[in-house]
Amino acid sequence: MTFDYIVSGDDFSSAGTASQDIKKRLQQLGVPVPVVKRTAIAMFEAEINMVIHAHGGEAHVTIDEHKITIVMEDHGPGIPDIDLAMQPGYSTAPESARDMGWGAGMGLPNMKKNSDFMKIESTVGVGTKVTMELNIT
Amino acid sequence: MECVEVFMTAGKIAELLGAEIVCHDDLKDKDLKTACGSDMMSDVMAFYHDGGLLLTGLVNVQTIRTASLLDIDAVCFVRGKIPNPEMLSLAQESGIIVMKTAMPMFPACGMLYQAGVKGNNQASEK
Repeated sequence: MTFDYIVSGDDFSSAGTASQDIKKRLQQLGVPVPVVKRTAIAMFEAEINMVIHAHGGEAHVTIDEHKITIVMEDHGPGIPDIDLAMQPGYSTAPESARDMGWGAGMGLPNMKKNSDFMKIESTVGVGTKVTMELNIT
Repeated sequence: MECVEVFMTAGKIAELLGAEIVCHDDLKDKDLKTACGSDMMSDVMAFYHDGGLLLTGLVNVQTIRTASLLDIDAVCFVRGKIPNPEMLSLAQESGIIVMKTAMPMFPACGMLYQAGVKGNNQASEK
């Protein structure tokens, strides 16, 4: 089954609602608690990134009996140096994001840590697509 | 190394911090095993996955959403910060205890640590 979400880029306070919905659905499906938590964290970080850096985007989550696949796609500015962006503590988040509690430079590393597979495809000026997979079994 | 777990109820923690429970007073007998203090939700997401109590001075709905996604049991707002109705509504719905205290972050954390509440020293493993 697949769930699709639009992540609004205008409303910071609503960021994370897609992750909350997925968490609820995974709990209803009886997915093991640690997997649910890792999925919620990985997707929430990705949602926040989208709102901070890319004026929102789309989230597509596919769940089968073996794994959860999260695809986060935006049409933002892209990531010029992915290795640098992956460094814990590195952040280009504006002050407004820090005021909201984000921008510690832990988003991408935390997404990678909580997923079993992560791929970032990004083109400057075009956008970014992040694919994460989490094994259920 | 011997690890001694100290369980303290949310109500007892509120008492120690001179805090008022403003959401889910009905859950004040819940035991909170660990605590963490941070104003950066990014760091909470990265380093604290233990449930328990989050002490923070960050007052916006993302604080409660972070707590909800991480299964954090209780949030204590320090430095006299007051949670707004949107936050309390989400906390109510998510079963999160919310308290507020005039105490600043450092003494609040120190007081709980002295009373035996521990933090998790390591980033959680998968």
